[in-house]
Amino acid sequence: MTGEIGQLSLILALLMAAVQAFFPLVGAAWGLPLWMAVGRPAARAQGLFLAVAFWCLVQSFIANDFSLAYVAQHSNSALPLFYRISAVWGAHEGSVLLWALILGLWTAAVSVFNRGLGEAFVARVLGILGLISAGILAFILFTSNPFERLIPAPPDGQDLNPLLQDFGLAVHPPMLYLGYVGLAVPFSFALAALLSGSLDPAWARWSRPWTLTAWAFLTLGITLGSWWAYYELGWGGWWFWDPVENASFMPWLLATALIHSLAVTEKRGAFKAWTVLLSILAFSLSLLGMFLVRSGVLVSVHAFANDPKRGLFILVFLGLVIGASLVLYALRAPKVQDHARFHWFSKESLLLANNILLVTAAASVLLGTLYPLVLDALGLGKISVGPPYFASVFTPVVTPIFLLAGIGPLVSWRQGEVTQTWRRVRWMIPLSVGTAVTMGAVFFDLKHFQTLAAVSCALWLAATSLLPLAQRLRRREGLSSLRQPAGFYGMTLAHFGLSVFLFGVAISNQYSVEKTVRLSPGQSVELSGYTFLFKGIQESEGPNYRSDTGWFEVYAGDQKIAELWPEKRFYRVQRSVMTEAAIDWGVRRDLYVALGEALEGDSWSVRLYVKPWVRWIWLGGGLIALGGFLAAADKRYRIARVYGSAPQGALRSTSVPS
Amino acid sequence: MGVRLKARLGRHRCRPKIMLKYLLPLGLFAALLILLGIGLTLNPREVPSPLIGQPAPNFTLQRLDDPSQTVSEEIFRGKVSLLNVWASWCLACRQEHPQLMELRKRGEVLLVGLNYKDDRGSALELLERAGNPYQVIAFDGDGKAGIDYGVYGVPETFVIDKQGVIRYKHIGPITPEDWEQKLAPLVRYLEKQP
Repeated sequence: MTGEIGQLSLILALLMAAVQAFFPLVGAAWGLPLWMAVGRPAARAQGLFLAVAFWCLVQSFIANDFSLAYVAQHSNSALPLFYRISAVWGAHEGSVLLWALILGLWTAAVSVFNRGLGEAFVARVLGILGLISAGILAFILFTSNPFERLIPAPPDGQDLNPLLQDFGLAVHPPMLYLGYVGLAVPFSFALAALLSGSLDPAWARWSRPWTLTAWAFLTLGITLGSWWAYYELGWGGWWFWDPVENASFMPWLLATALIHSLAVTEKRGAFKAWTVLLSILAFSLSLLGMFLVRSGVLVSVHAFANDPKRGLFILVFLGLVIGASLVLYALRAPKVQDHARFHWFSKESLLLANNILLVTAAASVLLGTLYPLVLDALGLGKISVGPPYFASVFTPVVTPIFLLAGIGPLVSWRQGEVTQTWRRVRWMIPLSVGTAVTMGAVFFDLKHFQTLAAVSCALWLAATSLLPLAQRLRRREGLSSLRQPAGFYGMTLAHFGLSVFLFGVAISNQYSVEKTVRLSPGQSVELSGYTFLFKGIQESEGPNYRSDTGWFEVYAGDQKIAELWPEKRFYRVQRSVMTEAAIDWGVRRDLYVALGEALEGDSWSVRLYVKPWVRWIWLGGGLIALGGFLAAADKRYRIARVYGSAPQGALRSTSVPS
Repeated sequence: MGVRLKARLGRHRCRPKIMLKYLLPLGLFAALLILLGIGLTLNPREVPSPLIGQPAPNFTLQRLDDPSQTVSEEIFRGKVSLLNVWASWCLACRQEHPQLMELRKRGEVLLVGLNYKDDRGSALELLERAGNPYQVIAFDGDGKAGIDYGVYGVPETFVIDKQGVIRYKHIGPITPEDWEQKLAPLVRYLEKQP
């Protein structure tokens, strides 16, 4: 019964999405206020139906309803409740439903938080979101229905892929999708602006908080994914340049470019057409990612069960959505006039450089991701492009970004002062290089020039991004000088987070050590100053697996600093073996033990890693995301709205301290 | 008038260039779309099996229904056979099951089952309930024979000729289209060979 309610809700949501697309768009084109007004209630109703459908699927998983094919394929009665719930989006059908639900939530949010936007504008935004939603819902209903029945129902399900039986599945996809799908909002704003023909700074001001929020979620999602891969896959790496990782990274790069170019468009009225194009491209790459993951054109650890019909559907959808928006862009953008002029050394020109670099970076990732496909399509063989390509192409492109990110905020709009800026930052160069060399000499060695350069870069970025704050404090205006808009703190925090990230990458990539050894109980092995003592193996039973748990003690000198319990699990239903690495984490190093194979006698093959400063990678990612949320919460965006709408709102805006 | 016309002409002259700039993203996207379309017709997983053209790997396994008897690769001699790898825990195999029953009814080929990483009881119970399409089933409980055959997903089906040589490997469930378009023509061709 629950399944049928879910199915019905999905159909109703599709109808609502069609209504939400048709009436507001046509109403806005013909100037019919009544038709335009349909948008808001339709958007909320669509969101509600999607929530009901989603809840029905969750309920079916909780109740072990194996008469639903999707539940039977991805759950099992022995699967713990927590994983049964996250299993809802553990495979293709459910994850598209999550995608649709999140789009519904974003749409509902736009239908609520839009005070001050013109009626026609709101109608167009909701209409475009409705079109996207209708496409996705049709995709679910026609090719990927999670509510399909399996008759006769099997007595038990096939269980969730053991790799996914983890906390990571509960948080990574929802955050990532909040980001991916959230990019539909700036996309719709850009198209609505093109349709209405007015690309005024107000449009950019509107788009900014939404873009920032989506971007922050995307950052968080990618960071969580990287952390999950690190501890779950048992390979000790944090980024693998896997096609699907790239599929999330490309929209991130473009969205990062977008939040910067939106600033220029809002503040200076420049780069208008470019900002519109970026808004379109960022969401396009998010859709392209969906195609790459779900169509089976590329081989990846993430790929979902593949079906050519699905691939074709998404490709047609992709063609319609992106094609139509690029046609609209080609028709309308030439009429957009940029009057703003700026000096070669100004905030505008630095942000332009930022955009060029980020877009180049995204293009190089796209090229590397699609290259195997190009060769295959031309009949030149099957190859895979790996980390060496990305390291050699990507590094030179992003290095200037790290160098410029700290300077950008110090330079004025329109015309910057070269000498004055130079005076402010010049002592940072010896400072950051000197600190890097000292740190290297104390903790590691000075042999690796690249690592020293990267650490200097990170320190430079940290110092320059904190500089404005430090200078304000030095001016002795007391704490009042710290009363800056949230946007300023968000930016500072994100740039600082970037430096933390780079710091972690530089050091952990260079100084991580690993060793694969054969150990019998009682034997120990030394790695990078730590002694790993293997005490033995214990067998135990989990809810749906049998586990061999290793017992390790780690000593630094004579002092015991950690006990580690890595596991080798055999999942009964899927008949697959999984490695659960054990990690002792710390600010300055992670100790990482993964069990390999059982060898003859009672000896085991064991993989050991010591990874210095690796946590800083995800700490940096987290700080960047936090900066994004902080900037999105800037009062400026809300006050601007209130001014445009009602007098009592204007009163309230004066009562808050600026 | 003349000035105006000139200005107009001037505008016209530079217009295509401007339009081109804005059409560029659309053009790139169209190229990408074509590439992805071609990509859809290819299968990155379709790695040709190294076993094709090779004699079927040796095995000696117990029969599923009777542990006292054994099956070996000798069974493929003299007739065109399908070796179908299946298991009771595999849902895709159930999807393929009616098609196999249909083949058994027509009796065109020798249908040999390889019961892969399964539990004898539940495998027999399933056949009891749904029907047994196979003439003979070899029981490969620990999946060792499967390794020799390069099995990495269930179901998989091998077409083996009268000499005991593997001629084709089909990955995934056999749909009626698969049978009509790929497997049946090959089987009929092999029937005519010595």
